[in-house]
Amino acid sequence: MTALIAPERAALIPEVRKPKAIKLPSVADQTLRNGLRVLAARRPGVPRVEARLVVPTARGDVAPSARIRMATRTLLSGTSKRSSVDIAELLQQIGGNLDANSDEEHVVLTGSALAPDLPVLLDLLAEVLIDASFPDDEVALERARLTQEITLMRSQPETVAREALMKRMFGRHPYGRGLPSPAEVERVKPAILRSSTPERLLPTGSILVLVGDVRPDRAVAAAEEALSGWKADKRAPKPGLSTPPTIKPGATVIIDRPGAVQTNIRMGGPAVNRSHPDFPALALANLVFGGYFVSRLVDNIREKRGYTYSPGSAVQHLDQASYFYVQADVGTEVTGPALVEIRYELERMLAGPIEPSELQSAKRFLAGTLAMSIQTQAGLAGYLAMLASSDLPLEFLRDYPKAVEALDADAVIEASRRHLAPHRLVTTLVGNSEAIEPVAAAFGPVETSAGG
Amino acid sequence: MARRTATATKSRATAATKTRKIPAPTLAVERFTLDNGLRVVLGPDRSAPTIGITINYDVGFRSEPEGRTGFAHLFEHLMFQGSHTLEKGEADKLIEGNGGVENGSTRSDYTNYISMLPSNALELGLFLEADRMRAVRITEENLKNQIDVVKEEIRVNVMNRPYGGFPWIDLPPVMYRTFNNSHNGYGSFVDLEAATVDDAADFFARYYAPGNAVLTVTGDLDVAETTKIIERHFGDIPRRDVLPIPDCSEPVPDKERRAAKDDPMAPMPAIAVGYRVPDPISQLEDFLAAVVLVEVLTDGDASRLYQRLVKRDQIASHVGGLLGTFGDPFDVRDPTLLQFLAYHPGGSAEQVLTALDEEIDRVAEGVADDEVQRVITSITSAHLRRLDHLLQRAMLMCTLEQQRGRAELANELPSLIAAVEPAAVSKIATEWVRPDKRAVLEVRPGGSR
Repeated sequence: MTALIAPERAALIPEVRKPKAIKLPSVADQTLRNGLRVLAARRPGVPRVEARLVVPTARGDVAPSARIRMATRTLLSGTSKRSSVDIAELLQQIGGNLDANSDEEHVVLTGSALAPDLPVLLDLLAEVLIDASFPDDEVALERARLTQEITLMRSQPETVAREALMKRMFGRHPYGRGLPSPAEVERVKPAILRSSTPERLLPTGSILVLVGDVRPDRAVAAAEEALSGWKADKRAPKPGLSTPPTIKPGATVIIDRPGAVQTNIRMGGPAVNRSHPDFPALALANLVFGGYFVSRLVDNIREKRGYTYSPGSAVQHLDQASYFYVQADVGTEVTGPALVEIRYELERMLAGPIEPSELQSAKRFLAGTLAMSIQTQAGLAGYLAMLASSDLPLEFLRDYPKAVEALDADAVIEASRRHLAPHRLVTTLVGNSEAIEPVAAAFGPVETSAGG
Repeated sequence: MARRTATATKSRATAATKTRKIPAPTLAVERFTLDNGLRVVLGPDRSAPTIGITINYDVGFRSEPEGRTGFAHLFEHLMFQGSHTLEKGEADKLIEGNGGVENGSTRSDYTNYISMLPSNALELGLFLEADRMRAVRITEENLKNQIDVVKEEIRVNVMNRPYGGFPWIDLPPVMYRTFNNSHNGYGSFVDLEAATVDDAADFFARYYAPGNAVLTVTGDLDVAETTKIIERHFGDIPRRDVLPIPDCSEPVPDKERRAAKDDPMAPMPAIAVGYRVPDPISQLEDFLAAVVLVEVLTDGDASRLYQRLVKRDQIASHVGGLLGTFGDPFDVRDPTLLQFLAYHPGGSAEQVLTALDEEIDRVAEGVADDEVQRVITSITSAHLRRLDHLLQRAMLMCTLEQQRGRAELANELPSLIAAVEPAAVSKIATEWVRPDKRAVLEVRPGGSR
C-alpha cells in the first residue's frame, strides 16, 4: 500500500482495513403510460420519504427565463381547490416540504413528508402540475419579490462572478443568459403562466424519485395512482436544448466592483460528461488539482500562501455541456500572484509527475464520498435523480469507482492535457478594476466592464 | 480504565399523544468516561459502512478574553496545523486519502471537529483526534499563514458582501452589555494579528484538556471494540484541570435597545429583532415552547409573519426566524436569542415592528390547537431528517451530552416538543417577546447599485 504521508510517521498510525465495496440499492424503476419514469428505493433510517421530480422544460426551444422562473415560484401558489395557505398548511401537517426550482432546462420539485403521508404528497404534486391556477394577486406579489431577489443576488459578488463566467463561456446560448432583468420579470402576466406552463411541464421525459421508509413497489403504485392524470402531449417536441457552441478562449473579462477587498477569480473550460470514456481520469485530475482539501491548489494558495479561504475546482454537468472550473476569492492585493500560482498548478498537472500517494488519495476520496453521498434518504434521492436525468444506469455507482481504481498516473496526466490546459480556459475576475487591471492586462488582453 | 455509566435507551414509550402518529426515534446511546475526564458517547448503527466522529471542546467565542476577539476560531484553524505525531497537512491527507471528509466549527459555546469516514478507517479517525488532543504543533509560520486564511474568510463572509455578519455579529452588541456575549466572534484584524505562538499554547493548555471534551462516534461500529480503541488512543492523555464554564449571565433588558448600521453594499433595508428566551437547559420545557413559537411565526408560507409582512402588508420580501446563535436551538447555553429577520423594501422599519408586535400580541391572546399541532409535526419531521445523517446525528448528540449530559434527548425531543401546549406558546409571547425587552438592529442600505 502506498503511504499517504512520510514513511517514518506512517509507521506510527493505525492500519486502515480494506474498504467495503459499495452496495447497490434495490430500485424499482417503471415508466408510466404518460411517459413519467418513476424510481423508488427503500432507506428506512427515519420514518420519512424524500421526493424529487425533474421535468425537462426545453422542448424545441428554451423556456423564457423570466417566465419559467415566475412559473416555478407560483406553482405552489394555488389550484382550483386550494389556496397557497392551504397548500402550506397541508405540508406542515404531513411533516413535509415542497419547493420548486428551475434552471435553463429543468424545473425540479424537491419534496418530503412523513412516510405514511407519501400519498398526500403525491396527490399535491399531481394537483399543482395539472391544476396550478396562478392567481392574479399571487403572481403580482411574486413578481415584485423576484425582482427584489434578483437585485439582492446581483449584489452578491459570487453571483456576479458565476454569471460572468457562464456568459463568458456560453455567450448567447441559454446557459450564458444568467438572471432575467427586472423589466423581463415585469412583463410576465398570469394569463401567460396559465397558458404556457402546462405546455412546458409534461410527464414525457420527466423523472420522479421516491426514497425513504417505503416499499419501492408500493411507492411506484402510489405514484401511478396519483400522477396518471398528468397527461402527455403527443404533439409536444422532444425535450432537449441545442448544443452550445465550443467555449472560445480569449480576453480575460474584468467586472468592476470599485473598492472591493477581494477579487473573485473564476476560470472555466470545456469538459466531458459522466458517460464519456475520459470522465474517470478527468475526475481524478480535478481532485489532484483542486477538487478537495488536500489538492495541490488548496495546499499552494491557501495552506502555503494564505491568499484565500476556500479555493477549489470542479467538473459541472449540464444536459448539453460539461465544464471544468476553478475558483478562488483572493485578497485584492494578491490577485496577480494568485493568478500566477493557479496557472502554475494547472501546468504542473500537464507536465506530471503525479505522485502515487496523490493518485491513491484521489481514488479513495472519490469512492468514499460517493458511498457516503447515497446513505441518507435525501442523498440517495438526489443521486438517483441525477443518474436518471443523465441517462446513466444504477450500475454507474459500482462501475465508476471501479473504472477510477484501474487508472494510472499517465492516464490522469493525459486527461489533464486534454481538459486542464490553461490556454483552453477562459478567465473572469470580479473586483476592484483599478487595482487589478494593470496586472491582468500584463498577462494578456482584458475587457473591463462596469457592474457588480 | 473506562467507567461505563449508562446503557441504551429504549424510550419508545412516551411517544405521541392524540392524533400524532410519529414514532419516537430509538437510537442506541452508550456512554463512558475515561480516567482523564474525556466523556464518550457511542451511537452504533450498522445500516451503512460509515462512521461519524464529533469531538466538542467546551470553548466557544463567548469564552474569549478581551483583547483576544476571534481567538477561539483562529485556534480551531490551528488544530489542523499538525499534532503530536503528524506534521501540517498530514491528518487531512489521511482522512481524505482514505475516503473521508472533515471540518471544524467555532460556535458561541463550543468548538467542534467533525469527520465522516468509511468504517474501515474507524481507528485511524479516532487516532487522529487523540493525536491532536495530546498536542498541537504551532509554529510562527503556520500561525501567520492561518491568520491570513482567517482574514480572507472574514473578507469573503463579512467585508466583501452585503449583509455580511447580519445578524450574528451585528445583533449581540445591541442586545448584550457584557464582553462575552456582545463581541464579534470572528474577531478584529488587530486582535488576530496580535496573536502569538505562546497565546496559542496557553489557549490549548486551558481549554483543550480531555475533561473539557466530549467525543461522539456514530455509525458502523462495535461498542466493545470501539471502547477499546478509544481507551488505547485517548486513555494515556494526561488529565488536566478544567476551567469552570464562564458565567455569561446578564439581566434581560428593561427597555428596548436599538442600533442602526450602514451597509454600502446592501440593496434594501433589513432588520433584526432579538428577544431573550428561557434558559435552554434549566428551563427546557419553557424553552421548547419558544422553539414552537418561532416556527408558528416563521415556518414556511403558512407562518404568521410571512402571511402578515410578505403577503398582506407587502412590506417585506423575506422574513425569517431563528432560535440560538446560528439557528440551532439545542447548541446554545443561556443567555441566547430568539431572532426575527426581515428584508423590507416595501416599508419602513417602524412598519415592520408594528406588524411584528401585533402578530406577537395575537399569539399572546391564544393559538389554535390545530395550528400548534401542524407546526409541531413540521418541527419533528425536520428533527428526524437531521437524525438520518450520521454526522449531523453525532454533532447533535455530542452537544446534548456536553451541555446537558443527555445525548438521549436526540430520541426524546419529539415527544417533549409534542407535549408543548398552545397556552405555553402564548405564555412565551406574553412574558418574553415584548417590545421593551428587545434589541433592534436596522441595516440601512447604501444603494450601491
